[in-house]
Amino acid sequence: MRHSHPTSEDLQALIDAQMPLEGPLLPILHAIQEAYGHVPEAALPLIAETLNLTQAEVHGVMSFYHDFRKAPAGRHVVKICRAEACQSMGAGALSDAVLEKLGIGWGGTTADGRVTVEAVYCLGLCACAPAAMIGDRLIGRADAARIDAELEGAA
Amino acid sequence: MKIWVPMDSAAKALGAEAVVAAIRAEADKRGIEVEIARNGSRGMIWLEPLVEVETPEGRMAFGPMTPADVSALFEDGHEKALGLTDELDWMKRQTRLTFARCGLTDPLSLEQYEAHGGLAGLRRAIGMTAEAIIDEVKLSGLRGRGGAGFPTGIKWDTVRMAHADRKYIVCNADEGDSGTFADRMIMEGDPFCLIEGMAIAGLGCHAEKGFVYLRSEYPDAIAVLSRAIEIARAAGVLGADVLGSGHAFDMEVRVGAGAYVCGEETSLLNSLEGKRGVVRAKPPLPALEGAFGKPTVVNNVISLATVPVIFEKGAEHYANFGLGRSKGTIPLQIAGNVRHGGLFETAFGMSLGQIVEDLGGGTASGRAVKAVQVGGPLGAYLSPDQFDTPFGYEEFDGQGALIGHAGLVVFDDSADMLGMARFAMEFCAVESCGKCTPCRIGAVRGVETLDRIAAGDAEAIPLLIDLCETMQDGSLCALGGFTPYPVMSALRLFPEEFGAVREAAE
Repeated sequence: MRHSHPTSEDLQALIDAQMPLEGPLLPILHAIQEAYGHVPEAALPLIAETLNLTQAEVHGVMSFYHDFRKAPAGRHVVKICRAEACQSMGAGALSDAVLEKLGIGWGGTTADGRVTVEAVYCLGLCACAPAAMIGDRLIGRADAARIDAELEGAA
Repeated sequence: MKIWVPMDSAAKALGAEAVVAAIRAEADKRGIEVEIARNGSRGMIWLEPLVEVETPEGRMAFGPMTPADVSALFEDGHEKALGLTDELDWMKRQTRLTFARCGLTDPLSLEQYEAHGGLAGLRRAIGMTAEAIIDEVKLSGLRGRGGAGFPTGIKWDTVRMAHADRKYIVCNADEGDSGTFADRMIMEGDPFCLIEGMAIAGLGCHAEKGFVYLRSEYPDAIAVLSRAIEIARAAGVLGADVLGSGHAFDMEVRVGAGAYVCGEETSLLNSLEGKRGVVRAKPPLPALEGAFGKPTVVNNVISLATVPVIFEKGAEHYANFGLGRSKGTIPLQIAGNVRHGGLFETAFGMSLGQIVEDLGGGTASGRAVKAVQVGGPLGAYLSPDQFDTPFGYEEFDGQGALIGHAGLVVFDDSADMLGMARFAMEFCAVESCGKCTPCRIGAVRGVETLDRIAAGDAEAIPLLIDLCETMQDGSLCALGGFTPYPVMSALRLFPEEFGAVREAAE
C-alpha cells in the first residue's frame, strides 16, 4: 500500500485502468482504496468527471458500502465477526474483551493510530467460530489472548 | 512422499500454513524429498488442518494437525491418524455430486479437474441445442440453492427466449449468511466446477458474458477463482471459442464492498453496474431486464456448480436423489456451537435432528441444544421439538421456517433468544438498503420495541408482532421481509424469555 498523498495524475491513472470494464465504479473505488488505504476526497471529482456522473452520485455510491473509507484506518485492521454462528461460540465476549483492552469502540482506532477494530458479518468460518481477521490473516476459534498476541508482535 | 495440505481458508485460519512450514522443515531435517500438494477442504472443519499422506492403499488422513504433530508423520503410529480419508464415516455417508472433487484435487490443476470428470458436462452440452440444455436442467429438478428454491431451468428458459443483443450469466457469490460457507469452499476448492457451470449456462441461454459477484470478505476465494479463470481462458475453456464449439463465453470476478443486501439479486445487479446496492422492484424480472438492462440469469454459486455433474451423469441420475419436489443433493453446512462442524453433501430428506445430533455430534460446549437457526440471519430458529422435520424446501416451509442456503447454526442452552431477536433487527437496520419503509424504519423500531420488552414491558409484545407482520408483508425484498422469521420464531419458541406467557405469542 502506498501511503503518500496521491496526485491527480496518480488517481486518474487508477481510474483510467478500470474504464474498459462494464460498470467500472466499484472497481475504481477498490483500486484507489487498495493503493492508498482509503478513497481521498480529491478522487471524487475526477471519478465523477470520467464517468459523467455528479459528485453527489459518486459520494452516494461510496458511502453506501461499508468497505470504502474516507480516511486511512489504523496500521492494523482487526475484523471480528459479529454474526450468529460466531455469537453462538462467544464472539460477544471476545469483541468486548478486545475493544476494552484497546479502549475503543466498534470502528474506532487507537489514539496512536496502531489498531482499528471493525465488525464484520461473516467470514465464512462458521464451523470454527468465533472468527477474526487481522490484516489479511484469518483466525479461527479466535480468543482475546490470541488476538492480543498477534497485535503485540505487530508494530 | 506426497502430502496434501488444504489451502481452504478455514484450514488456513486453523493453522495450515504453519503446518506446511513444519513439514518442509522436517523433510529438510530428515533429508527426505516431500512433495506438498494443496487441495480444498474435505469439509471436516473440526479436523482441519486435515493433512493427507499418499500411500499405496490410498490417502491417509491426519488431523487436526499442529506443527508439533508433524515430525511423527514420518514415523509409524501417529496419534492423530484417522485412517483412509475415503473410509471415514463423514465421507462414506455423503452423496458428493457438487462437491465430488472438493478436497480431492489441486483446485488450480485443470488436468486433475478433467481426470476426475471435469469438463465432461460442458463437452456434452456443446453437442446439444440450447433448448435441449434447458430441458436437461428442468428434468434434473435443480432449484436455486441460494435460498429461494426457484426452478433453475425455468429461469434459464426465460433468458433463452428473451430477445436482446447481449445477455449475461451472473453468479451470486455474495454468501453473506452466517452459518454458510459452501460457496466459499467450492470457489476455493474446485473453482473450475463453477466456471464450467457458468459456461454451460452461457450455451443454454445464448449469453457470452458472465460475472461472479464475490464478496470482499472472501479474499482467498477471490484469488483462487480469478486465477482459475485465467487458467481456463489460457486452455480455451473460456474465450471466443469455448472448447472449439464456435460459441463464445468469458467471465470475470467482481468484488463486492461489504453490503449484505447485495446478496439480493436486484441489489447485486445495481452494485455490479456501479450503483448503490438498492433493491429494484420486480417486475421487470432480471431474466428479462437484468444486468445493464439486458436479460440475465442470476444464480447462486452452488446452483451453477451443480450444473456440470447434471450434464456429466445425466439429469435423471441427479433427480433420483432427494425428497418430493426437493430433488438432488444439498451441501449442508453445520456450524456454530457444534462438535463436528463442516460441510456434508447429501440427498434432501435427512431429519434436522439427525443433522444436528448425529452428524454434528451435538454442541461443542457439551450443553443441551437450545435452538438451531437454519438458512442464515433471515432464517427461523427451530427447537429440538422440531427435530423430526425432514430437510426439504416444502417441509421447512410447513414449520414456518426456510432452508435458505442450507446453513445450520447450533446454539446451546446458554443462548439469549431475546438478544438474538434483537440482533436480527439490529442487523437488518445496519444492512437495510433504505429503499422501502417497512425495512428501513421497521428494523429500527424493532430494536426499540425489543428493548422495551427486555425492560419488562410486556405490552410491547403485540406491537412487535404487528411490526413483524408489516415488515413481512410490506418489504420489497427478503431482508425486511424475512427478518421477522428469526424474531417471531424466537418469540414463539421461547415466550418466557420475552416475559410473555405462551398463549400471548400464539
